[in-house]
Amino acid sequence: MTELAWIDLALTSARPQAMGALLRYFRDLDMAEEAYQEACLRALKTWPDKGPPRDPAAWLIFVGRNSGIDQVRKRARHQPLPPEEVLSDLEDTESDLADRLDGAHYRDDILRLLFVCCHKDLPATQQIALALRIVSGLSVRQIARAFLVSEAAMEQRITRAKAKVGAAGIPFETPDAVARAERLGLVAAMIYLVFNEGYSAGVPDKADTPFCAEAIRLARLLLKLFPAEPEIMGLTALLLLQHSRLAARFDKDGQIVLLEDQDRSLWDRSLIDEALVLIDKAIRHRAPGAFQIQAAIAALHARAKTAAETDWFEIDLLYQTLERLQPSPVVRLNRAVAVSKREGPEAALALIEPLADKLNGYFYFHGLRGGLLKQLGRYGEAHEAFDRAIALATSSAEAAHIRQHLDSMQRERAAAEK
Amino acid sequence: MLYAVLCYDAESEVNAWSKELDAKVMADLGAVNQRYAEAGKLGPVARLMPTTAAVTVRKGATDDIIMDGPFAETKEQFLGFFVLDVETLEEAITFARELSAVNPANGTYEVRPLQYFNPGVPIT
Repeated sequence: MTELAWIDLALTSARPQAMGALLRYFRDLDMAEEAYQEACLRALKTWPDKGPPRDPAAWLIFVGRNSGIDQVRKRARHQPLPPEEVLSDLEDTESDLADRLDGAHYRDDILRLLFVCCHKDLPATQQIALALRIVSGLSVRQIARAFLVSEAAMEQRITRAKAKVGAAGIPFETPDAVARAERLGLVAAMIYLVFNEGYSAGVPDKADTPFCAEAIRLARLLLKLFPAEPEIMGLTALLLLQHSRLAARFDKDGQIVLLEDQDRSLWDRSLIDEALVLIDKAIRHRAPGAFQIQAAIAALHARAKTAAETDWFEIDLLYQTLERLQPSPVVRLNRAVAVSKREGPEAALALIEPLADKLNGYFYFHGLRGGLLKQLGRYGEAHEAFDRAIALATSSAEAAHIRQHLDSMQRERAAAEK
Repeated sequence: MLYAVLCYDAESEVNAWSKELDAKVMADLGAVNQRYAEAGKLGPVARLMPTTAAVTVRKGATDDIIMDGPFAETKEQFLGFFVLDVETLEEAITFARELSAVNPANGTYEVRPLQYFNPGVPIT
């Protein structure tokens, strides 16, 4: 590895910790970012000569804090300096600082940093963009490209999101157990959004969509900070399992390959193994949650050596549990897939027909409905459902997949009429 | 004389490696291993999963305490290890508890799954 690559990696991995602490000092996202940038610039200058510091995050926090305070002083030149006792701790040595920044401190700093990105007034896309910008440190250009918007538009979106977060006030008091659990839940949901943005982008070229890998990095970080939270184990396991299928999800033309048609030898076994252990760990807590159940469902797919060996009975049961915990038409829709395998297309269709109102604008609803109607030989209705799905597709791969359905249906019909 | 060589690093950085870099490092390490294996000098080689996959078994006042996460104390030292092939984490924890039960010392057993394992050549 080149020196620069090593430094880049160290900076990236220290970023959430350093940004979290700097946000606590300066209580302002822009100031924290500026201070962090400055610290990175100095790292690039000094690390190659002096060698890497033992604790890069502590180094960045120390240097970033001092440079930020310099900035504050310059801006406030015409104002009297703060009292001496406030300034005196600037002279702390790096090691003192490292000692004081114990695990608990880091933990709430990083959680806060993630939490400010989940502000309830921010639409999902802005939450994702903000988290990737501030916490992960992806460039505006990278984020803009993944969202298929111009760099200027993304810059504006992030600036607006930051303004909203700032105006709402960033919570700096140390959260109590209830508030912490609440934050953790929101942050977990946000990390899942980041992952899904990358997952559903459906771009087989991974280099362009680092979102999935980034979401896994954040989930692992969160799990490290909160090692005994079964839902964070569940979240991490779920992301690992979905990501493990990356190489098998698209064919060489970039077309979607359905789970049941995927070449399972392309699944990443080491990600699957890690996820299975995390699920085992989570189960020990006997506190089921939505992420754990979804991970358990994904694990049943991962454990099946062939699609035919999938334990649809267990999957159906898990979806029923999930529905009780978190009733939603989308969960019912997913359950219908399991039901169609267990009891046939008719039973599955009966399950999803009542969802027509709620899911009328949902690609997967019409895609699944079309597929079930097709299995039942109700070709006319199937055709309508597929047409509707194509109209709602959010990527060309999705649309192409439905067209394959239409083509195979036409062949079936032609064969039936002969 | 048999030696164990233990590898330490910042896992947040190692886990952030790209797949390509990770594969290259593993291949380079593998090439070094290969030479020693061919000379009949290299036993088992393992790469551990991230510490987030670990649980730690500790002796409590009345019962064992099983904690999520890796062993994190610095006042105790790494003294030995076992490699176990079992179906579930539960079985691995049971094994660790049995060791703990017969061990008069107050030590801790961290149970960490392996990501990669090569049994190597027989050495004695």
